Amino acid sequence: MPTDVERWKSETYGNEIREHLLEFAEEGWESIPEDEHDAWFERFKWWGLYHQRNGQESYFMMRIGTPNGVLTPGQLRVVGEIADEYARGPGENPEFGAAYCDWTTRQSIQLHWIRLEDIPDVFEKLEANGLSTQQACGDSWRNIVGCPVAGKDSNEFVDALPVALNLHDTFKGDDDHTNLPRKWKVSVTGCREGCGQGDINDLAFEPAEKDGRKGFNVRVGGGLARNEPRFARDIDVFVEPEDANEVAGGMSALFREHGNREDRYSARIKFLVDEWGTEKVRDVLQEEFVDFELETAAEDLRDEYTYNSGRATGGHHDHVGVHEQNDGNYYVGLNVLVGRMGVDDVLELADLADEYGSGEVRLTQRQNVLVTDVPEGSLDDLLAEPLLEDYSPDPHPFMRGSIACTGTEFCSLSIVETKNRQVRYARWLKENVELPDGVEDFHIHLSGCTASCAQPQIADISLRGMKTRKDGEAVEALDVGLGGGLGEDPRFADWVGQRIPADEVPGAIANLLASFEERREGDESFRDFVERSDEETLEELVEPEETSYEDPYMHNTKLTWYPYAEEDTMDDSPAPARADGTPITSDD
Amino acid sequence: MTVSLRTLDDGAWVSLDDERRAGASELWYVAGVCGCPVADLVVEGITDVAVDGRTVAAETYGTCIRCGASVTTGPVPVGRLVGAGFEPLAAGAVRTPGGGGDNRK
Repeated sequence: MPTDVERWKSETYGNEIREHLLEFAEEGWESIPEDEHDAWFERFKWWGLYHQRNGQESYFMMRIGTPNGVLTPGQLRVVGEIADEYARGPGENPEFGAAYCDWTTRQSIQLHWIRLEDIPDVFEKLEANGLSTQQACGDSWRNIVGCPVAGKDSNEFVDALPVALNLHDTFKGDDDHTNLPRKWKVSVTGCREGCGQGDINDLAFEPAEKDGRKGFNVRVGGGLARNEPRFARDIDVFVEPEDANEVAGGMSALFREHGNREDRYSARIKFLVDEWGTEKVRDVLQEEFVDFELETAAEDLRDEYTYNSGRATGGHHDHVGVHEQNDGNYYVGLNVLVGRMGVDDVLELADLADEYGSGEVRLTQRQNVLVTDVPEGSLDDLLAEPLLEDYSPDPHPFMRGSIACTGTEFCSLSIVETKNRQVRYARWLKENVELPDGVEDFHIHLSGCTASCAQPQIADISLRGMKTRKDGEAVEALDVGLGGGLGEDPRFADWVGQRIPADEVPGAIANLLASFEERREGDESFRDFVERSDEETLEELVEPEETSYEDPYMHNTKLTWYPYAEEDTMDDSPAPARADGTPITSDD
Repeated sequence: MTVSLRTLDDGAWVSLDDERRAGASELWYVAGVCGCPVADLVVEGITDVAVDGRTVAAETYGTCIRCGASVTTGPVPVGRLVGAGFEPLAAGAVRTPGGGGDNRK
């Protein structure tokens, strides 16, 4: 029996949602028929709008897809202005203020507290400036990710940017690929370091060479969600850049026709690859969905991959710092702690990008931003700008390595508060914990639940939301995993610490790092240390401890309407609200 | 009386008549789903929901924070249909898969 979501999609989905959305916006929140809320909120996702969690009804998270993370000159300012004007709600975040932008782990942008009534104006402003929310969420082609310096990397193997942009232009709004069984995440990598993180995507194009021709090998069926992580699997296909569209469209169509529409929990293509095996995937792709003879896989560059690898090899693990481009200019990678910037800082960054570079800014999968096209002669002045004290190109490793998802602040699935907590963790660790000599990359990813939006399984230290009881009281807690990373031989973290009260996690990390330093062999990386240690040993090394770290979010933040509100119970919620913010009561 | 009942947002919610009525990421006391007499279950996701008589029950997966077991439950009560409304089970209620819930712990 088809699911409700499939039924709703069969009735109205894709581009046609837009006219309904704009009509509802025109008439106001209360014009959505009460018995159609579920259907419309599911459909709105296709246009990048996600209804916020319990206690925040009538407010939306809005995701803007920026293909390959590229914001062309002027676009960052537009995003900042929209956030300033429209992404303000009844709650204020103690770390980030009343309006801010989130850079996501898929090189997109998220704004919160968006009102339905403002959508027409927001869309108009976005689209007038080449930006869109189309398919940013929902069961279709999500934002295409890749190496954020594609086309500018001085060490690039093949320029993947035209391929990524071509896929974006082709499959955004394409009715044939509008309605897939589930989300469809595509990565295109052309660099030598593996920055596109193809391994954790549904469909990955990875650099390869055959008979002197540069192109891509194809992998399928990666993803981290639902305690069912998979790395994308090699289907033994090589494509040249000009054929990438057809192969990608073929794979998308294969998923459309053969993916599971009966059970959304088993719908992602990773499960189809589990069931079929890579040989059948390739055969069906060839026989039913591609009109030319597929070539077998070529020699890849995976043995050179360093991005997010956790290995102590050369090459870069992120894009923070000052790096020369292929045209002699430079890009400056700025660290954005947990990927969130207040609007004033966003607008300031837009000004700096204009003043010192071309105005272009790029987003990375580690929630950071790059200012590109900076002439060598302008570097010193840019680096001396006060904004770079907060968003440093040379941050402390604990700052540099921190990633966090949205968490209970807005998300329905999250079990714990995340962003503000990870900010506090990073600050405390920086002040109180010494990293072993030579350790400059140390990744801590905090995800509020098993959806794994913060990509916890591929970090040195993986943190995942949980609960426990402490002194009889239910408190927010974290599971702790160790030693995950990508690279030539990607590896998911070992979950060796369970249900550690959130206020004891920094102490656990401090103890763990002290043990690592004690037992380290030579200059081995943390990941290598974890790999050569048995699980029992690792479990012993995770020693939770109360320290001077204080955690203001130990209570069940999910039971609040907003975790940082002074009056935070659900009964205090000002939602749902009309366009002017007036709460709508059940008596209205 | 007909009610509209479903899970929403990747298993985050039980929706009844287009209103969120029970959510994942809460702690529920559930009897008989692991080695503990009563599991202290963090509900990580809701996979299905149905009505049995007047009882609304959700199938879930999660972790018992007492023993650490990963648990998949049968239909666990989340509340009752009362007239035209819905009465959620109290947070401290002990729930029995396939059965009811009471407020004894």
